[in-house]
Amino acid sequence: MQYLLLIYGNEAGMLSATKDAASQMMAAYAAYTEAMTKAGVYVGGNRLRPTSSATTVRVADDKTKVLNGPYAETKEQLGGYYMIDVPDLDAALSWAARCPGASFGSIEVRPIWTM
Amino acid sequence: MLQRNDEQARATAEAIARRSYGKLVAFLSARTRNVAAAEDALSEAFAAALTDWPVNGIPTSPEAWLMTTARRRTIDAARRQRRHDDAGDDLATLADELQTLEAMASDKAVPDDRLALMFVCAHPAIDPAVRAPLILQTILGFDAATVASAFLVAPATMSQRLVRAKSKIRQAGIPFRVPERADLGERLDAVLEAIYAAFAEGWSDPVGTEVRRRNLAEEGIWLGRLMASLLPEEPEALGLLALMLFAEARRSARRDADGHYVPLADQDTALWDAALIEDAERLLFRASDKGVIGRYQLEAAIQSAHVVRRIHGRSDWPAIVRLYDALAAITGSPVVAINRAIAVAETDGAAAGLAALEALAADPRLKEYQPYWAARANLLGLSGHSEAADRAYERAIGLESDPAVRQFLQNRRAALGAPSSR
Repeated sequence: MQYLLLIYGNEAGMLSATKDAASQMMAAYAAYTEAMTKAGVYVGGNRLRPTSSATTVRVADDKTKVLNGPYAETKEQLGGYYMIDVPDLDAALSWAARCPGASFGSIEVRPIWTM
Repeated sequence: MLQRNDEQARATAEAIARRSYGKLVAFLSARTRNVAAAEDALSEAFAAALTDWPVNGIPTSPEAWLMTTARRRTIDAARRQRRHDDAGDDLATLADELQTLEAMASDKAVPDDRLALMFVCAHPAIDPAVRAPLILQTILGFDAATVASAFLVAPATMSQRLVRAKSKIRQAGIPFRVPERADLGERLDAVLEAIYAAFAEGWSDPVGTEVRRRNLAEEGIWLGRLMASLLPEEPEALGLLALMLFAEARRSARRDADGHYVPLADQDTALWDAALIEDAERLLFRASDKGVIGRYQLEAAIQSAHVVRRIHGRSDWPAIVRLYDALAAITGSPVVAINRAIAVAETDGAAAGLAALEALAADPRLKEYQPYWAARANLLGLSGHSEAADRAYERAIGLESDPAVRQFLQNRRAALGAPSSR
């Protein structure tokens, strides 16, 4: 089954991290991605630019409304994602627990709805 | 003649339903993770058995017959749904499996996946409130209305919760598997907690006036026995069963002939079920032999220290204090702390017990917890603080929903100041 791991964390904290801390985090993510690839579960993944770069679109009464900012203001922000292919939820949860971001924020695990 | 075959077929089907329902659901849903479809197919298979068996005779392995029939129905249903659902993968799995099942029909060994199903029902991804209902439905075959009335929830609400949990199992891909060693402890706790919750729902109806709730205590014990037999090396599974048996042994002593509440300390030990107590003691001994202590073993050991009153005329209060100390260290629960304070009052006097209770007074969770106020009222009364005791009884009475216990508290309150035995 495929799962999307949505990485939520405190964006402001991440952006204001020291250079050392930031490069340490990058290294941790690189190792994590490498481990996923080796295990053959990695399908895809990316880091997202901060929510300040987000634009939200909604269509109501045939009119397109474009709004500056993310869909919802939340305490933790979506900062990146992984798509993995594993046998079941327990496997997905154990990959989520290994994600560097899990120690700073939370990882939402969502099964992919195959069409 | 036909009449008689009908009866026989029905009796066999009912016996299998009681004994093997969970086994059949577990096996039928293990590969597809589709519990609802397994239940539907199984109920169709039972209906088919009632028409087929009286005519063609009861098959050599009725369980295998039911399973094959149910599986064929699932495949038919999956084919019908194929277009608007992702049943494609399922279909291949199911067709493969049907062959295995058909080969098995002559053989009597039906694999037992119930343990895996229990772990699915109590998976951390499932809402804790629905775990016990889910186990009752899938393992024991309770319908939603029965489960709802047992848990005092509206049938529509319960049915919706169960449906939601079952689709979560399927959609989130919760695996039908006994967890690995490393995760087993925590995951087993969740299963045991769900079983204990079912038992406790039944236990809260002491006289067993509500048949369904009384049954729930029995079903909890049945599930506890199942866990103890499937995991005979897990001390906490044995501990939970021991705990439930100790409690069940005292059921009829909790009310007197007129239906009045009788507290543990005043219960007639002759009314305790000696056979159940012996069972419980044996289990607890087997559990302690494994050398790993846990919450349920400690709670069962406390029960054991209470029931020695049968023999010595008095509970082993010093042991009870020590056991509550250990339990408090594991659980950090204020409820445990209250019980510990009551035990301290027995060993070191009411003032010491009261001091231990005072230490908890700041915990906001206890503001609306009847046993806290009842314990406080009793200890205040014993220490001669009648006025404060009266106020505490008032709080306790207002918080109690069981009329028999309320009456008991009112009597205690009325006796304040009057010369009494306690």
